[in-house]
Amino acid sequence: MRFFVWLRPVAFLLVLLIAWEIAVRMHPGLILPGPIAAFAGIFELMHHGLLLKYAVASLFRVTWGFVLACITAIPLGLALGWRRRGEIALSPLIELFRPISPLAWIPIAILWFGVGDLSAIFLIYVACFFPLLITAMSAVHNIPAVYINAGRNFGLSATAFVARVLYPAVMPQLLVGMRITLGVAWLVVVAAEMIAVNSGLGFLIVDARNAGNRYDLVLAGMIAIGVIGLLLDLAMRSLEQMKSFRWRSSEE
Amino acid sequence: MALAQAVVAPIKNGYKLRAEQLGVVYTSDGKNLAAIEDINLEIKDGEFICIVGPSGCGKSTLLNVMGGFLSPTSGSVTIDGERVTGPDRRRILVFQERGVFPWLTVEGNIGFGLSNLSREERERRIAHYVQLVRLQGFEKAYPSDLSGGMRQRLQVARALAVDPDILFLDEPFGALDSITRVIMRGELLRIWQTERRTVVFVTHDIDEAVQLADRIIVLSSRPARIQQIVPIDIPHPRNISSPRYLELRDELLKQIGLAYEI
Repeated sequence: MRFFVWLRPVAFLLVLLIAWEIAVRMHPGLILPGPIAAFAGIFELMHHGLLLKYAVASLFRVTWGFVLACITAIPLGLALGWRRRGEIALSPLIELFRPISPLAWIPIAILWFGVGDLSAIFLIYVACFFPLLITAMSAVHNIPAVYINAGRNFGLSATAFVARVLYPAVMPQLLVGMRITLGVAWLVVVAAEMIAVNSGLGFLIVDARNAGNRYDLVLAGMIAIGVIGLLLDLAMRSLEQMKSFRWRSSEE
Repeated sequence: MALAQAVVAPIKNGYKLRAEQLGVVYTSDGKNLAAIEDINLEIKDGEFICIVGPSGCGKSTLLNVMGGFLSPTSGSVTIDGERVTGPDRRRILVFQERGVFPWLTVEGNIGFGLSNLSREERERRIAHYVQLVRLQGFEKAYPSDLSGGMRQRLQVARALAVDPDILFLDEPFGALDSITRVIMRGELLRIWQTERRTVVFVTHDIDEAVQLADRIIVLSSRPARIQQIVPIDIPHPRNISSPRYLELRDELLKQIGLAYEI
């Protein structure tokens, strides 16, 4: 029974791919390469070692940008959420920066860091910083007062309170915010790589088009981006499922 | 027996907890709202006190002031002659619901306040209180796997584990169904009789108060003042159909201004 449940989306995908291939063969000419060409493109890229190299390059940038944003934005957001006065003071500034697309920073990034990894990492950092900051602040606001009072009642030191009440209490909401933000980072890295660097999956897509309209490789790059994005999301979701983290969803 | 009492009894001012001219005024939208007013109260060591009153009258406010979670606008609370200025692990407040930490297991919750102890001592205490509140077999379970009654027992265990002088309970069984509530009262009495702490128990349930308390503090409607203090002179276990029980219960219902015929 389980097998059939799994089979359904796979069968649907297969039908779709076959229909795509048939459609492409019936109307030759460059609208879109067929799936066979796209998968051939993936194998070609793998054969040259480019797919792995570019995927690693993109993941490297995303990891650095995301991790740096986590270790700066989350503590700051928690602190601001806890001390409302700080939040009130900083919120106009935050609200001003937040709607600026991270891609608008590309010229500044190139001005400051040149064309290269640092620029891309900076752009991902900017893209992740504000969503994480806001998530952390609202996570603190949403802590039930009961947990805070219970924590205070047992006479914890400030550090112990943060580690044993504040941090676990915000964790479920924080993880959801981190998962969504990582998705954004993965979107942004592709765009950033199209302009600010000479490697990575975003660069691959632009390069394949520029160097001879290799749309099969463009599609191959897109498929790789989709698959890796899916895997990142699954990885974050599995983190959310951990028992000591997912308490909120299971209690309510 | 007399000796045991003599060992427990000597306290600086003769009382465990003393509230003097206690008042709390909330300010909202520039208006002053008195929640409690002129509360004078003395609680003896080991006593089981119930605070009853109409809903919204300020029972919880009074409890929060005694627990140190809320500063009074006037007057003071002293415990063992020492003025209460904030929450303290010597007096633990048990909340109505959601008071246990859902990210910790039963063991983790009971051990929450015990990080200053050695590992063996901590484990010994956790085992003792797991036993006391009858949660054996659930040591590794998370609160989400427990029933409402089990969660409240867990909260009481976590409170008792740090060896507090006073236990404040804020309608601890209010969110439970009526059958579980009756069972929990029995459990609380059993625990109180073995552990002998001072207990201050807020409830809006008259029967609950008459079944549990040594003395019942009846509060008036807002701003809450002490309307009457009713000692319950029935020994435990209490027969809830005895004439004396019914008499006290009726008197309290009248005090609160409730009709006792429906």
